[in-house]
Amino acid sequence: MIRLLFKSREAILGAAILVLVAAIASRFPAFVAPSNLANVFNDTAPLIILALGQMVVILTRCIDLSVAANLALTGMAVAMLNTVMPGLPIPFILLVALCLGALMGLVNGLLVWKLDIPPIVVTLGTMTIYRGIIFVISGGEWINAHEMSDTFKAFPRAALFGLPVLSWIAIAVAAGFAVLVGRTPLGRTFFAVGGNPHAAVYTGIDVGRAQCAAYVLSGALAGLTGYLWVARYAVAYVDIAAGFELEVVAACVIGGISIAGGIGSVGGALLGALFLGIVKNALPVIHISPFWQLAISGSAIIIAVAFNATSSRTKGRVILKKAEHAL
Amino acid sequence: MSLASPDLAGRQLPDRLKTPLQRFLVSWELLLLSVAVAVFVLNSFASPYFLDPWNLSDATFNFTEKAMIAFAMALLIISGEIDLSVASILALSSTAMGFAVQLGADTPVLVLTGLAVGLACGAFNGLLVTGFGLPSIVVTIGTMSLFRGISYIVLGDKAYTGYPSDFAFFGQGYVWWVISFEFVLFALLAAVFAILLHRTNFGRAVYVIGNNPVGALFSGIRVPNVKFALFLLTGLMSGVAAICLTSRLGATRPSIAFGWELEVVTMVVLGGVSILGGSGTIPGVVIAAFVMGMVTFGFGLLNVPGIVMSIFIGLLLIAVIALPRIARRLLARRKV
Repeated sequence: MIRLLFKSREAILGAAILVLVAAIASRFPAFVAPSNLANVFNDTAPLIILALGQMVVILTRCIDLSVAANLALTGMAVAMLNTVMPGLPIPFILLVALCLGALMGLVNGLLVWKLDIPPIVVTLGTMTIYRGIIFVISGGEWINAHEMSDTFKAFPRAALFGLPVLSWIAIAVAAGFAVLVGRTPLGRTFFAVGGNPHAAVYTGIDVGRAQCAAYVLSGALAGLTGYLWVARYAVAYVDIAAGFELEVVAACVIGGISIAGGIGSVGGALLGALFLGIVKNALPVIHISPFWQLAISGSAIIIAVAFNATSSRTKGRVILKKAEHAL
Repeated sequence: MSLASPDLAGRQLPDRLKTPLQRFLVSWELLLLSVAVAVFVLNSFASPYFLDPWNLSDATFNFTEKAMIAFAMALLIISGEIDLSVASILALSSTAMGFAVQLGADTPVLVLTGLAVGLACGAFNGLLVTGFGLPSIVVTIGTMSLFRGISYIVLGDKAYTGYPSDFAFFGQGYVWWVISFEFVLFALLAAVFAILLHRTNFGRAVYVIGNNPVGALFSGIRVPNVKFALFLLTGLMSGVAAICLTSRLGATRPSIAFGWELEVVTMVVLGGVSILGGSGTIPGVVIAAFVMGMVTFGFGLLNVPGIVMSIFIGLLLIAVIALPRIARRLLARRKV
């Protein structure tokens, strides 16, 4: 039992996070005050949501580099919708954001599924295309706080049982994914496709369709986060969340999700995102320049991937060698 | 369903090989060349300023530095690996040169510094990938953050300037009339890489590794050594590009060449190199560099904003891979 615990990536990562928090707390006790920890969690919520979406994509041996551009485009679209029609109810805005994000995910998924284009190429391409479309629809203009309606901005900050709605959404998505990945046929399909695509085909799974489904999920979550992001920071412009896709992939890699597909867990993605979130929030507290953050997350990725490779013993495959589709 | 050996199923050996001319007529390079010519002609109609020799000379700066990295990246991708950290290597190399300037280094020392940092970064990537057997895409996503992160730690929100005046030659100098030093270097490197890939044992080994790494190992190729050399080469070329770009801009910020890894990979893939490894040519990459440079320059003359151009580059990237697949599928359907 203890040996099992020692071998589990989640346990090791969880312990690393606890050590990190304890080390910070020993010198800056204010950091571990419940209110501050809640702030850190809330700040990390977008990363958690996106990392969970990215997880299912990586499970199927794909990668989605377009999430940040998807987030920014959806955010801009709903912000513009809000300026034109300020009276729209929040559930409708959420629905629009989810659908728009899912649509962009579907484009990725169809290109991977129907045209067999390597996932990294597809999402590198759509990343620049989605980013460019933001400029085209907004004309490069910013949408500022005073142009958004109050209800639009208030939703992610509204407190519910002491936590903002944004945090609750991250918790709900994590719970939903725990059920989806562990308890539904679709969730097991993701593992089957990533673990052994050939065997998956023989058991009657359409590999391409499963990959497409993963992209739609990831896209829908990126769209949802797009609205939450824009409403929380009360500003929308072309470059919001630029480079965030790498942070999302980093969270997954740190969380022990194998880039070779088929290995990963909701807990891992959650802890990976939390690790990056804690580092990001702790730097100013311990008086280290925020310019260190990029180098730290880069080192964390390298250490995590090296650690995963030595602990799992199964040889990692290059992601470029994609899963073969049944023809 | 073709599962067990999808590559071999239905493949037949032809009675005789096609002649080089026949192969050229159906090649990716010819298709790309016609695109390049079309872009050139369209541009000269679209703007009266396009055909000016000095304007065309300026246009080459749009792609020469990226193409230098793309040559090495092409070899790396053919061998089945990838390096997403090239733009960050460039940034770190440029930062090191800026740091050296503050210590009073002169031009030869600056060049050596730039190249050495490029090599060191390439060696670090190569060691992680070949020494520890880690997947290159994750390693280089990590080093991409790490290398640029170090630049940010060193520079923060500041910039290095004050490069010596003779250092400016690499990015701003002209060898003869409108022919810039960078363009000459680009042409020279294109020739060197074409010979390296298409005319040497090393080049053949790169193809073999990309097509079948296990087979390559069993046929006596030192796969890890070749791959390590390719990462070194990519780091070195990023260092060369860093010298040119730093010299051209005359300043170093940590955000220098941000997002270039994407454009370099696009250039390589557009040039007909398979992202799955095993096939591609240097002439293809050269033509792709021209196409991308001309498109960017032509749009610039028409006052199209850079970000709208990036939509076009993204579409181009997907289209060039999707179209042959669609065409092949349609052809196959007709045969049945």
